[in-house]
Parts: sequence; structure tokens; C-alpha cells
Amino acid sequence: MSDLFTIVMTAAGLIFFAAGTLGLIRFPDTHSRLHALTKADNLGLGLIALGLTVQMPGLADLFKLVLIWALAILAAGATAQLVARVAAPADLGEEPRSPTDATGDGETRRR
Amino acid sequence: MIASLFDLTLCLLILAVAGAAVFGRAAFMAVVFFIVYGILIAIAWLRLGAIDVALAEAAIGAGLTGVLLLAALSRIMRNIDAPEPAPVLEGKTIATGLASLVVTALVAHAFLTLPEPRGLQSRVTANLADAGAENPVTAVLLNFRGWDTLLESIVLLAALLGVWTLARDDAWSGRAGLRHVTRPGGVLAQFGRILPPIGLLVGIYLVWAGSKQPGGAFQGGTVLAAVWIVTIMAGLMQAPRVADRALRAALVIGPVIFLALAVAGVFAGAFLVFPPAHAGWLILAVEAVLTLSIAATLAMLIFGPPEGEEKR
Repeated sequence: MSDLFTIVMTAAGLIFFAAGTLGLIRFPDTHSRLHALTKADNLGLGLIALGLTVQMPGLADLFKLVLIWALAILAAGATAQLVARVAAPADLGEEPRSPTDATGDGETRRR
Repeated sequence: MIASLFDLTLCLLILAVAGAAVFGRAAFMAVVFFIVYGILIAIAWLRLGAIDVALAEAAIGAGLTGVLLLAALSRIMRNIDAPEPAPVLEGKTIATGLASLVVTALVAHAFLTLPEPRGLQSRVTANLADAGAENPVTAVLLNFRGWDTLLESIVLLAALLGVWTLARDDAWSGRAGLRHVTRPGGVLAQFGRILPPIGLLVGIYLVWAGSKQPGGAFQGGTVLAAVWIVTIMAGLMQAPRVADRALRAALVIGPVIFLALAVAGVFAGAFLVFPPAHAGWLILAVEAVLTLSIAATLAMLIFGPPEGEEKR
């Protein structure tokens, strides 16, 4: 029963990952690509992690799985925001800004 | 069946990604593929049951080297008006190719004529009780072959000295690298606040777990270095001055203590020998100070030489 749950959930997760990757390859500009990738991949990761919860031998392992899931979500969300900010001028037809020496209201810049 | 299918796919992916990294036209693409290559190699080590190597490959091979390459790339982009490199002579190219072929042939000859390997696994297991660490990898790295680890930690310092020689005279002794400024309350500043507590816990846990499970100074040190780097990139802290005494002490304390214990070993028997009765806590102590030095050195490698931009 729990194996069936894992198989169904991880398979559903993989479908979302595939859809996100398809969006990354097919969509025209950075923001649409990020949109497809972040939404689909977060859902895919969540489903895979959920599917694996019933396979964990103990509470400590379950906690580690949840921690990994939370960290991956946090990193993916923050990175997506940063990529989107760097890409913003390019999508508006302006000169692209490098993440390292952007000026104006970019998220990260160096002096 | 499924397992071997997975391994086969992994091998093909590794070859394809390695090819893309080497033959890719754009430098940025090559770097990205190199990072993916490191992650795939880490998975391959995991499949072979070498969890310690997998951790090290993911942290240092893919993560740290990837960041170093990206930093080098952005440095090249900033100095894009650098003079074109002189064209390489054709004769030189052919000579280099021939020399490489000869070296490859020699290495292949040496490898193929090796006596049938017996492996050291049984001897390591037999002597594990005296090593002071239950994890055989840690026992080899810090006791049986401590020599290699000692030299590795010194090589890291030499690499940092190499990076520091790139500093201009007037910038020397200033803060390492460029200053990062972020929007207060922005995404990166928040990320830089949430991640460090978890990262510190994971980094120290990896070192502590290293005595009986996969983990150790290099893996834990890399995680701690990453925490420091994120905090500085998020603009919450500034990189230290390269002349800072506390920083320099942190950089050398690992190799110095390791070397001092190695010399002290002479009185207990021989150079680099830990007496079995004390090996346990000695290894833990060496791991602890090595972690500090490795974390500081790796982070300083990423920050780069002082750029002297504060005076502007």
C-alpha cells in the first residue's frame, strides 16, 4: 500500500518536472521560463518528497527529508527572484544588467 | 534491471555533459555544464557506495569550484578590453599534443603493468580499533594517511597566497573582494538571514558525524564557508581585511596544530603517529581546527584578492 502511494506520488512529481523542463526549453523569454520552471518544479519536488515520506525508517529520517524539501524550496524561490530581477531590463528591451555590477534598484550589486 | 538502467543512463549523461563542458563555445555554458558534471559525478560516487567522496565532490567539485569559475568569468567580463592573447604557433600546438600523447601512453603503461591490486581494505579494518575513528575513511584520512591530509590543507593555503598575489599594491591589506550591497529587506538579504543558522548546524554536524559516519573537515568546512559567503553576498557582513590577525590565525590554525601534533608524535613513536589510547580525541581536535581553517581559506578564495574600492 505504502509502495503504491510512493509510486503514484513520485510519478506525478516526475510529470510536473517534465512539464517544467518543457516550459524552460520552449517558452520565449526569461520570465515565462522562470514561471514554468518554478511553479512546476516546486510542485514536482513536493510530490516526490511526499511520496518518499512513507518510505522513511524513522522520525529522524522524516525530519531530514522535510528539512531538505524546505531548503530546496527556499533556495529555488530566492534564486528565481534574483534571476528575474537581473533579467527584468532585458525583457523590456533594455541593456541586460550583470548581477555583479547592476545599478538602480537591482537586488544585488557591488560597489 | 532498473538499477543497471539507471547506472547506464547516468554514465551516458556524465559523458554527454563532460563533452558539452569541454567543447562548449561560450565560456558561461562550459562553466554551467562543469557544475552539472560535478553533481552527476557525486551521484555516481553515491551509486558506488563512496558517500564521503560524493559529499566532497558535491561540495568542493561542483559547488566551490563552480563558484570560483563563475567569479573568474565575471572578472574576465569586467576586464573585457584586455589585449587579445598572442596567436599560438602551430608548431607549438603540435608539440604540446605530442607531449600529452607521450604522457598518456606512459601513464597507461604504468597502469596496465601494475600488479594485481589487493586493496588495503582488510588491513584498514584490522587496525580500525587503534585508529580513533569508527569511519574507515576518517581513519585513513587523519591517521593511516594523515600525511596526505596535512599536505592538502597546506596546498589550500598556497592557493590562497596565489590569489592574494593578484592584489594591486595600493589595494593590499584592504577588505577581500568587492563590497556587496543589497536592498534592505529584499529577497537576498532575507535569504542571507534564514540560511546561516541551518548551515552552521549542518556544517558542524558533518564534522562531528565524520568520526563514525560519512562526513569530516572538508565537507563540513565547505558548508561553513558557504554560510559565510552567503552572509557577505547578502550584504549583512563585510569581508575581512586580508591583514586581519584573527583571519590569519583562522587560516593557519588547522595546518599548524596538525603539524605540531605530528611532530609531538615523534616522542610517542614516530612522526604523525597518534598513540591509540588518545587517537580518538586527537583526531576530533585536528578535525575541528582543520574545519575552521578550511572554511576560512575556501571563503577567502571565493572573495578574491582585495580590490581597493573602498577609497573611491
